[in-house]
Amino acid sequence: MTREELTAFVLEQVPDMKAGTNKQFPECIVNAEQINPLAKALKENAITKMDYLFCETAADRKDGFHMVYHLTSSVHKHNLMLKVILTDKVNPSIPTVSDVWHAAEFYEREIFDLFGIRFENHPNLKRIFLEDDWIGYPLRKDYKDDFILER
Amino acid sequence: MEETLVDIDFKEKEEYIINMGPQHPSTHGVLRFETCLQGEKVKYIIPHCGYIHRGIEKMSESLTYPQLLHLTDRMDYLSAHINNEAVALCVENAMEVEVSDRVKYIRTILAELSRIASHQLWWSAFGMDLGALTTFFYGLRDREKILDIFEETTGSRLIQSFITPGGLMADIHPNFQRRVKEFITYFRKKLPEYDQLLTGNVIFRERTMGIGYMSKEDAIDFAVTGPSGRGSGFQCDVRKIAPYSAYPFVQFNEITYTEGDTYHRYLVRMKEMWESLNILEQLVDNIPQGEIMLNLKAIKAPKGEYYQRVETARGELGVYIVSDGAPSPARIKYRSPNFSNLFIINKISANHKIADLVAISGSLDLVIPDIDR
Repeated sequence: MTREELTAFVLEQVPDMKAGTNKQFPECIVNAEQINPLAKALKENAITKMDYLFCETAADRKDGFHMVYHLTSSVHKHNLMLKVILTDKVNPSIPTVSDVWHAAEFYEREIFDLFGIRFENHPNLKRIFLEDDWIGYPLRKDYKDDFILER
Repeated sequence: MEETLVDIDFKEKEEYIINMGPQHPSTHGVLRFETCLQGEKVKYIIPHCGYIHRGIEKMSESLTYPQLLHLTDRMDYLSAHINNEAVALCVENAMEVEVSDRVKYIRTILAELSRIASHQLWWSAFGMDLGALTTFFYGLRDREKILDIFEETTGSRLIQSFITPGGLMADIHPNFQRRVKEFITYFRKKLPEYDQLLTGNVIFRERTMGIGYMSKEDAIDFAVTGPSGRGSGFQCDVRKIAPYSAYPFVQFNEITYTEGDTYHRYLVRMKEMWESLNILEQLVDNIPQGEIMLNLKAIKAPKGEYYQRVETARGELGVYIVSDGAPSPARIKYRSPNFSNLFIINKISANHKIADLVAISGSLDLVIPDIDR
């Protein structure tokens, strides 16, 4: 499917989706509660067949946490980028997509560990790299600890 | 027959948990498998990582692009050139500049040499995991030739930081082409020895065939890429899907098998070494003339988000940069191949013997610093 067709497909599923400005991949910005049904639709529909989530990550930006999903199809080879902006910077939370793509279970544990974003209905949400009693979430911009070097 | 309370109690006691790692030799680094066993049989595995988490992504946020490049070598240290290339390509795409064909050719030659060196080390260690110590001597003997080529051109053997945004640190050494050609002829003679020693060995085949089956659906679902995914028929070679550098100019085959067991993951890597030799042969004599470094005033990505995929020796490496237009990124994410390849191990080694677990984790070819970053 082309860029336009993919964006049109997402628009059909989520009428209030906003198109992003990314030049490389078609980018769709959706709301947090829409991500899980949209993910299921993108994976299960034969014309999109987005079965391979090759990257899921977050970024701490001024307007909130950006959750970014990079998807591709192993059959049709087309790519898509989904974005969710979480405006709550203290207790951000978003439904999991680990029931759609298994790979997401571990990406989400990493995001939880480093950003402190909670994934609702995640089967095993705990820290993956840091110790369980670690205080704070290091990849947040406001993170401070006693050993951090100021540059 | 009805089970008595004593029987049930005994069965429950039969299960026990044993920790493989973080210093176990077969994990090839500091990784811990919390392994639940029933007798010799594996019930489930919980991988525990983070022992070598250095916070490369956090550190990179306060470094400029040429500086943070040096940290990427330390992720998958066996694919150092390819990691550097990924960052370089991502920054170049962001700045909308293109390097000369000479740089593209040299980058691809270095990348393919690292791929062979990495597969040689994997082959050596894989044999050793299964109790064949000779492979280690054979593999390291041949890998030394590649490291010598690297040392002559880049000045270092393992982590080079030679490929930078805008080109290369330096031009190739005058001996480079001659040595690469010598290596191609040399290694074509030596590769059949590898097959004689291990591939055709009856004990080896018994230990690997039919062990650790991974279906194509599982490979895609868990995002298992690289030779491990291709052994299950998942066509995930980024060199074919999204060609970069000099890959559009060369002819090569993507090796895939549909069987998906340990033996076929092994075969993919053995065949890939032959393919890499073919790629090297097509490129080494045709390196065009050109600038080796673009004249860039300042290396900074314009405001926006950029993603670059490359194929390392272990799978798909993704670099995701979010930039505000500053000399350092606002966020840099490395989608490392080993992180995704690791977690399939619980599924594919369940109900196998603990000795097979060593073979399976060896066939996934994990490099631990790349998992933890």
